[in-house]
Amino acid sequence: MRYGMAIDTRKCVGCSDCVVACQTENSIPHGYTRDWISETVEGMYPNLALEIRSERCNHCDDTPCVRTCPTGSSHIIEGGIVKVTHEECIGCGACIESCPYDARYFHPEGYVDKCTFCDHRVKNGQDPACVSVCPTHCMYFGDLDDPNSEISKVVAKNKVKVLAPEAGTKPQIFYLV
Amino acid sequence: MKTTRRDFIKISSLGIGGLALSTSPILGWVPSFLKEDDNTPDDSTAKRYPNYCEVCFWNCAGWVYTNKDKDGNEKIWKIIGNDDDPNSNGRFCPRGTGGIGMYYDKDRLRKPLKRVTGEDGNQTFVEIEWDEAIDIVAKKMKEIKTKYGPESFALFKHGTSGKHFATLFKAYGSKNMAGPAYSQCKAPREEGFRMTFGHPLHSPEPLDIRNTRCLVLIGSHLGENMHNGQVQEMSEAIENGASIITVDPRFSTAASKSKFWLPIKPSTDIALLLAWMHVIIKEKRYDIDYVEKNTSGFEQLKNHVKNFTPEWAYGITTIKPDIIRKTAREMAAASPAVIIHPGRHATWYGDDTQRSRAIAILNALLGSWGRRGGFFNPEKAKLPKYPMPAFPKPKWSWRDIAPDKYPLAKMGVTNLLIDGSHPDKKEGHKIKAWFVVGTNLPVTIPNSKRTIEAIHNQEFIVVVDTMPSEMAGYADIVLPEATYLERYDDLRLAQHREPTIALRMPAAKPYAETRPGWKMCKDIAGKLGLSEYFNYNDYSEVLDWQLKKIGSSLDEMKEIGVMKLDRKYNDLYFHEHMEHEFETPTGKIEFYSNGMLAAGFAPMPVYTKHPEPPKGFYRLIYGRAPMHTFSRTTNNPYLMELMKENALWVNPKTAKDWGLKTGQRVWLQNHQGAVSTFSIAVRVTERIRQDSVYMVHGFGRLNKKLTKGYGAGISDTEMVTDVKIDKETGSTGMRSNFVTFLTEEPEKKEKTV
Ligand code: SF4
Ligand code: SF4
Ligand code: SF4
Repeated sequence: MRYGMAIDTRKCVGCSDCVVACQTENSIPHGYTRDWISETVEGMYPNLALEIRSERCNHCDDTPCVRTCPTGSSHIIEGGIVKVTHEECIGCGACIESCPYDARYFHPEGYVDKCTFCDHRVKNGQDPACVSVCPTHCMYFGDLDDPNSEISKVVAKNKVKVLAPEAGTKPQIFYLV
Repeated sequence: MKTTRRDFIKISSLGIGGLALSTSPILGWVPSFLKEDDNTPDDSTAKRYPNYCEVCFWNCAGWVYTNKDKDGNEKIWKIIGNDDDPNSNGRFCPRGTGGIGMYYDKDRLRKPLKRVTGEDGNQTFVEIEWDEAIDIVAKKMKEIKTKYGPESFALFKHGTSGKHFATLFKAYGSKNMAGPAYSQCKAPREEGFRMTFGHPLHSPEPLDIRNTRCLVLIGSHLGENMHNGQVQEMSEAIENGASIITVDPRFSTAASKSKFWLPIKPSTDIALLLAWMHVIIKEKRYDIDYVEKNTSGFEQLKNHVKNFTPEWAYGITTIKPDIIRKTAREMAAASPAVIIHPGRHATWYGDDTQRSRAIAILNALLGSWGRRGGFFNPEKAKLPKYPMPAFPKPKWSWRDIAPDKYPLAKMGVTNLLIDGSHPDKKEGHKIKAWFVVGTNLPVTIPNSKRTIEAIHNQEFIVVVDTMPSEMAGYADIVLPEATYLERYDDLRLAQHREPTIALRMPAAKPYAETRPGWKMCKDIAGKLGLSEYFNYNDYSEVLDWQLKKIGSSLDEMKEIGVMKLDRKYNDLYFHEHMEHEFETPTGKIEFYSNGMLAAGFAPMPVYTKHPEPPKGFYRLIYGRAPMHTFSRTTNNPYLMELMKENALWVNPKTAKDWGLKTGQRVWLQNHQGAVSTFSIAVRVTERIRQDSVYMVHGFGRLNKKLTKGYGAGISDTEMVTDVKIDKETGSTGMRSNFVTFLTEEPEKKEKTV
């Protein structure tokens, strides 16, 4: 079992619904967010290309954030989901420093928080909130170890990339380009 | 590349700016209360209530979830789409998901307000009780009726609760009602299509995007405009390999997903549309059988477009002839599974009905009306009307304000009501008082100066809103409305491939002392002796009565939220062997319209040259961002986080000429001297033509009570003073303004409300 996500940049319109859905689902306080949208524009008028990406923690295979955590609060649960146990977190920020994706933030209640792949939904057989709301159906979530899962097929069939592969963390979010 | 949140903030400082990511205080933190990381509440402990969204007219149906907060109080938690709803297919757009911000907005109106003048002559609002507010409104309505007749009281409305007020006004004796959704938005499109196919499009538009092979976006920035079902279907079309052709002076999100992007010179769409017709007819690429069977005036059209070659159009549109030919062939190859998108906001240059006619005609040439992958024939559920007496017949209506004007307008024209309200209206029928429900006229109607002059000429103004809008600032009485999450309203009977009925019910008690619109109307009607028109104690009784008549009930609807019905007729698409009767004078699709001619207009669309920006000025183009619905959301705590102000898109060459940098703040001045109240951040981008600048509509709020929206960016409406009226429908063309940059703050005039 290895959870991952695939996001089709060819369909994403950058609407940020995934961001709001995460904020409401997980009661993220205003001013903070677990996922966000990035845009890259290339070329010169009128020969242009635009890539829009919905980004969040990559639930990496090789996790500097977990390694640097002095309390063991940052940990990996079943399916490779990287989590933070809030009550064990002392808010030292070592994980934030070590993450090449800036995927973590200080929650105003004093601990570090990040994307959980909505494991509280996943364990009930639901998709993460962002995936389930996306109006363009451009996000896929599932088991990368199962070759018959939709996500495995989508990743196998399409040209994909990961963000900042050179950081060596083996990200598990794949972008269809 | 290190992808950071900070990059994102930079790109859209413009977007999420202001996230306090690195500045949140952690030093000295003591874990006094511990939080389990695994106790995130899930759906199993939540309650859910059906509703349909009111953040935009699309009215997606979904579920409002509540759960218990720390203190054990039931609170609104989130909103999720209803899987049975064809408008949303179970997925709301960001505005709908963030709709809970309308409930939680700290700046909401709480209690009725009354304008009072102090001894120093200064006017302020004081909070009053509902009884007093209702009394004052009813007394004024009686007074206006006695002095001038009920027709002199006008109703401006938007949204679902507007219907209750329409009933109140019809009972009172006035049909002077209008909403900006017509004359500031879709009037030219609706009437252009009506004159061609005998039928307007209504909402949601019956576009079979998911089955199309070619989608042509001309005047539509779908994807930034989140008309939910359409965006979803565009994505399906992309997945299915359909080609998209986008005509836009700006490299829109949709343009980035298109096979062809045609960065047209603004105001020249009709020339391109005529050239496309020319190619398609000349190369015999139109749907010959369909045209023969269903249309009238083909020979006239053929003759009309004979000289409108791509070479002719090139000089006007700046689109190269071979691209015009290629794109014409691309859409013809997909025919009839092709959609030249009719757009929605179509009030641009003053020849807008003609522009919409051209779009309609091109669709007809390609045989897409009534065809799979083109335009389907929608169906809508019908419900029996709750009994009430007949309405009195008013002596005059909006049309009589200027009887010779706008013969094709079929609904109230807002700006005509404003003309009738303005001090320069000396003769004939006049408007003396306004009732304004859920619409923010100074921000919505162009030329706010004129609107405000009309406002000052009124004897009485009531505003019903959930927020302290700019309009509310001009009211004598403000009635605070409960949001859609806290009230019952009419059942939604949306047209679609299959008819559905959707319920809106409260998921929470009305906030503070706000009340639902139906309750206000019922109470006012009571004071006016019109109670028979509101013969219920709670609006839920009306819904239950209607639902029981069709064998359902309110209780059943509370369980399912959306009821799917079967189509009555098996005519989603045309049956090829059958004859079709169109509701036009000829019974055919009209390429050539005698009706247009008789009304004094061109029977076939012609290209008219429009003014171009003077030296040093740029055409102001405005549009939407996916997370905002105009001024309705520009104080919403969730959505403002995604985009807290608008930005001014400027081409790098233009920026270089002016020495402008991304992030630099500028003020704007238009070609008639209007100066913006606030400033806007420049966004230098290759994604726009050199002769134009772009901003998202609905920002630069003027009401200081809006703690998030006040002063955030510029209101494009302030820059639209040169309004080109569409003579056919009276709608207001708003793409006719040119702006220049002021890099220093201009002298301040007090302009806030
Ligand atoms: S909700 Fe979907 S389309 Fe919208 S920004 Fe997120 S990933 Fe993209
Ligand atoms: S993206 Fe950052 S926080 Fe997430 S697993 Fe990788 S290193 Fe850790
Ligand atoms: S499209 Fe979005 S804002 Fe409009 S009704 Fe649907 S969810 Fe609400």
